Amino acid sequence: MSEKIATRDVYGQTLVELGRENSKVVVLDADLSGSTKTKLFSKEFPERFFNAGIAEANMTGMAAGLAAGGMIPFASTFAVFAAGRAFEQIRQSVAYPGMNVKIVATHGGITVGEDGGSHQSVEDLAIMRSLPKMTVLCPADGPETGAAIRAAAAYDGPVYVRLGRGKVPVVFDQDCDFTIGKGVTLRDGSDLTFITTGLMTAEALLAADILAAENISARVVHLGTIKPIDIDLVLKAARETGAIVTAEEHSVIGGLGGAVCETLAEGCPVPVERVGLRDEFGQSGTAEELLVHYGLTAAHLVEAAERTLARK
Amino acid sequence: MLTDQQIRELEDTARHLRVEVLKMLHTSQSGHTGGSLSAIDVMTVLYYQRMRHDPSNPAWEDRDRFVLSKGHAAPALYACLAGCGYFPREDLKTLRRLGSHLQGHPDMNKTPGVDVCTGSLGQGISQAVGLAMATRLAARPSRVYTLLGDGEVQEGQVWEATMSAAHYGLGNLCAIVDQNGLQIDGATEDVMNVGPLGPKFLAFNWHVLEVDGHDIQAISRALDEAEAETERPTAIIARTVKGKGVSFFEHKASYHGVPPNDDELERALAALAMR
Repeated sequence: MSEKIATRDVYGQTLVELGRENSKVVVLDADLSGSTKTKLFSKEFPERFFNAGIAEANMTGMAAGLAAGGMIPFASTFAVFAAGRAFEQIRQSVAYPGMNVKIVATHGGITVGEDGGSHQSVEDLAIMRSLPKMTVLCPADGPETGAAIRAAAAYDGPVYVRLGRGKVPVVFDQDCDFTIGKGVTLRDGSDLTFITTGLMTAEALLAADILAAENISARVVHLGTIKPIDIDLVLKAARETGAIVTAEEHSVIGGLGGAVCETLAEGCPVPVERVGLRDEFGQSGTAEELLVHYGLTAAHLVEAAERTLARK
Repeated sequence: MLTDQQIRELEDTARHLRVEVLKMLHTSQSGHTGGSLSAIDVMTVLYYQRMRHDPSNPAWEDRDRFVLSKGHAAPALYACLAGCGYFPREDLKTLRRLGSHLQGHPDMNKTPGVDVCTGSLGQGISQAVGLAMATRLAARPSRVYTLLGDGEVQEGQVWEATMSAAHYGLGNLCAIVDQNGLQIDGATEDVMNVGPLGPKFLAFNWHVLEVDGHDIQAISRALDEAEAETERPTAIIARTVKGKGVSFFEHKASYHGVPPNDDELERALAALAMR
């Protein structure tokens, strides 16, 4: 896990590949193409790139119209603007009709860093997960991002993909697969299970190492799809390990932790600890400082594991 | 130029569609009367004279597209679609009923001939812009028409879309504003003055035309001029009367979202039959 790659960089490269393979792939952005990396696509396919300017609502509506006209639009901006500013456009023009629009939001979570709480989306997964017909993806690393973007392109329907700003450790193989709706067990274990998404999956693998030194066997299940959640894999983990820790770079309300708790409450209630932002907004700081400040590190996951084990 | 005969036929059709709208709303006892009636003449010219479409093949790729951005005028759209043969006229009686393919606002997944879902104001025009982009990319001959309300243009998204359509030079796009001057809370100029509309679109680098939205010949001529303009999108400001065609509904904001009762329907049908 020494190599680090930014998921948005892989997104930009994958878009170019998709553009070469399929002339129906079009890309929209809202004046952030340098940051979201859609600029790579715009340079190779200027006629298939539409900058909406600083107008996310219209960008989303145009994407829906392009889909209605048979194109496969990818619309990108920061997560806080995609899921927040354009929420009602996503609801009415994309999700309600089931349009084949891919909303790929970069700069999700607190690792946006110095720009501060105004630009750190801690609620986008919850918002998008609540929409009927919407599929919600949150890849762990660079390789999985490439596979997830390809899976989203191949899927006919609305998809929200959450990516990050900074470089994150590589967890998956370069040629990994991505199946929408399927989680992946990255490490087996019998005492408890970390169920994680996004960059927290790498932290969970580190935490499992630390726990192993204490003779605690932790399973690590990565959910690259938040919705539809992999019910079977979540329930299997609960049945076989009897204790769960969820972790996400997001509020503990309504995102991965919420989805896992809903699943367990109905299917196999076991002790759960949710690691994430405790119903609060972020603030300025470096990404590393913020992850420590808000309790999103391997050390915090170890503490959460111990709490949940004590409740077993 | 339409011949006198063509104009008479289209006027007859519009009158017939008004009757359909009133009957539909009377049956459902829910829906938007005033804004459906103000839009009928423009929509009659579009569906019965102007647009290239094939009711037997709603998915025809090269068809012209129509986006009812003021989605609450769905009864007017359904009357046109049924009249053209997209589905049986009998279906109009199911408007807004549980399980009906005729939803309160247009639904592309339920109603044959509906190109996009609309109803949340301001969003249809963005989708029309996207459709015009897709049409141009695919080198299809289609034109894209969208109909907005003059209250609807209070939504900021309308002007985002307006900016983008001009920026991308969408000569295949025509937006028509059904300027009936009224919205739910009253006169648009009292609620939130959106005027002058023509100069606003002009300032956004659109080709702008203003017409009497109940004059069949004028509407048709404006659509001709819109089609002749290939470099810029065209806005047609159609001056209309809310509730047009039924004197006691006309110019009344109170009939925005109110269907006719038994007595009103009878009087309205009698009035339309005499015209």
